[in-house]
Amino acid sequence: MMMEFTTWDILRNLLLAARWTVLLSLVSFVGGSLVGLAILFMRIGKNVWLKRFAQGYIELFQGTPLLMQLFLAFFGLGLVGVDVPAWLAAALALTLWTAAFLAEIWRGCVEAIVRGQWEASSSLAMGYVQQMRYVILPQALKIAVPPTVGFSVQVVKGTALTSIIGFVELSKAGTMVTNATFQPFIVYGFVALIYFALCWPLSKSSQILERKLNVAHRNH
Amino acid sequence: MSLIEITEVRKSFGTNEVLKGINIDVDPGEVIAIIGKSGSGKSTLLRCINGLETIDSGSIAVAGAQLLPDELHLRALRLKIGMIFQSFNLFPHLTAGKNVMLSQMVVKKVPTADAEATARKMLDRVGLAHKFDAYPEELSGGQQQRVAIARALAMQPMALLCDEITSALDPELVNEVLAVVKELAAEGMTLLMVTHEMRFARDVCTRVVFMHQGRVHEIGAPQDVFGDPKTPELKQFLGLQAA
Ligand SMILES: Nc1ncnc2c1ncn2[C@@H]1O[C@H](COP(=O)(O)OP(=O)(O)OP(=O)(O)O)[C@@H](O)[C@H]1O
Ligand SMILES: [Mg+2]
Repeated sequence: MMMEFTTWDILRNLLLAARWTVLLSLVSFVGGSLVGLAILFMRIGKNVWLKRFAQGYIELFQGTPLLMQLFLAFFGLGLVGVDVPAWLAAALALTLWTAAFLAEIWRGCVEAIVRGQWEASSSLAMGYVQQMRYVILPQALKIAVPPTVGFSVQVVKGTALTSIIGFVELSKAGTMVTNATFQPFIVYGFVALIYFALCWPLSKSSQILERKLNVAHRNH
Repeated sequence: MSLIEITEVRKSFGTNEVLKGINIDVDPGEVIAIIGKSGSGKSTLLRCINGLETIDSGSIAVAGAQLLPDELHLRALRLKIGMIFQSFNLFPHLTAGKNVMLSQMVVKKVPTADAEATARKMLDRVGLAHKFDAYPEELSGGQQQRVAIARALAMQPMALLCDEITSALDPELVNEVLAVVKELAAEGMTLLMVTHEMRFARDVCTRVVFMHQGRVHEIGAPQDVFGDPKTPELKQFLGLQAA
C-alpha cells in the first residue's frame, strides 16, 4: 500500500528525530567535558601511573574509529551479559570519545601557557593546585574556548554514526523516512540541512570567539 | 650569621656541568651583583637558590634552614626569598593590583581587605599606585617590571633574586626600574642580582661576583673587582663590557 507523504510530513518526522540528535550531542558533550577534565588532570598531573593511563586512554580513543567504539559499547557489553539499549551505548561511546579529544585539546591549551607563569607563581610560594587554579587554568580556559566550541561540531556529526547501532536520531530517521517515501534526495537533503543548521552556528561562533580573543587578550 | 649560605653547590644538565662548586655567603642587607659571560651559570645559580632547579650536591641554606627539594620545604623557602625575572612574568589575566594581591591571599591566606591595602602600599612604593586597576598589557615594560617587584615585596621576603631584570627593557625604561632597586637596597633589602648594568653594580652593590665557566672566578668589593681585576678572564670580560 502506498501512502502519500507531504513535504511537511517528511520534515516534521525529521525534526522530531533531530531532537534526539540534539539531546545525544548535549549529553555526550557535557559528559565528555566532565570525563575529559578528569583525563586532563591525570594527563598533566605528576602521578606517573595516572599519566600513563590518561595517555593510553587518549591514544586508544583517538586511534580507533568512533564506529568501532560504538560497536564495542553496544555488542561488547551485550556479550558480557550487560544488556545495553542503543541510546545508552551511543551516549556512553560518544561521551568517552569526546572526553579523549577534549582532554587532548585542553592539554594543548594548558601547555601553551608559558613556563614563566609557572616559575613566577612558584617563586611566590604557590603550590601546584593554587598555580593551576589561579594562574594556569584561567589563562588556559580562555584559549580553550574556540577549539572546544569547534569540536562540538564533531560531536554533533559523530551522533550520525549511532544510527548504525539502531539509535533513532536524525540520520536513522532519514533512512526510515526514505524507505517509506522513496524520496531519498528530498529526505537526505533535509537531513543535511538540519545538520547544517545545528553545526554552522557552532563553527561560526568558534571563529568569532577566536577572533575576539585575539583582539582582546584579557578577560575581566 | 649569613642570610644565604651557598656551599660547594654543583649542578649539571645532562653531561654539561654548569655549576662546579659555588661558595658564597650573603649577609643580611648585602647587595650582590653577579656578572659574567653568557652561559657562565649566573641564572642557574639564582634558580637553584630559589629551588626552580634542584642542585646535585652541596648545600644552600637560607636563614639557617636548609634548602630541601620537597614541596613543603621549597614553599617555606620561597616565602623567604622572592624572585624577579627578565621577562616580568606578570599574570596577564589579572590587574596590577590583583597580581600583587594573589599570592598573599592564596598562600598566606591574608584577608582581601588587608591584601589590597598591602598591594596599594607596595605599588605606591614602586611609584605605581595609580596603576592598581591596569592590566599588564596596558603597562610599559618598565612599569610591568615594577609591578613584578611590588608583587614579590608583598610577600615580605628576606631577600630578592633578580635575574637581568632590565635586559628586556627599552633603554629609556631601565632607569625607572634600577631606581626602585636602588631604593630597596638603601632600605636594607638583601639583593642578589645578575646584571649587565656595570655602573649600577659599581654604585649600588656591596660585593661583585664574577662567574666564569661555572665557578666564582673573582669576588670582592666593586672598587676591587672593577678597579683592580686580578684574573685575565675578568680583565677581558670588563674590557668587552667597556667596548
Ligand atoms: N634547563 C636547562 N637544560 C639544559 N641546559 C641548560 C638549562 N638551563 C641552562 N642550561 C645551560 O646551562 C648553562 C648556563 O646557563 P645559564 O642560563 O645559567 O647562563 P647565564 O650565565 O645566565 O647566561 P646568560 O647571560 O646568557 O643569561 C648554559 O650552557 C645553558 O645552555
Ligand atoms: Mg641568564
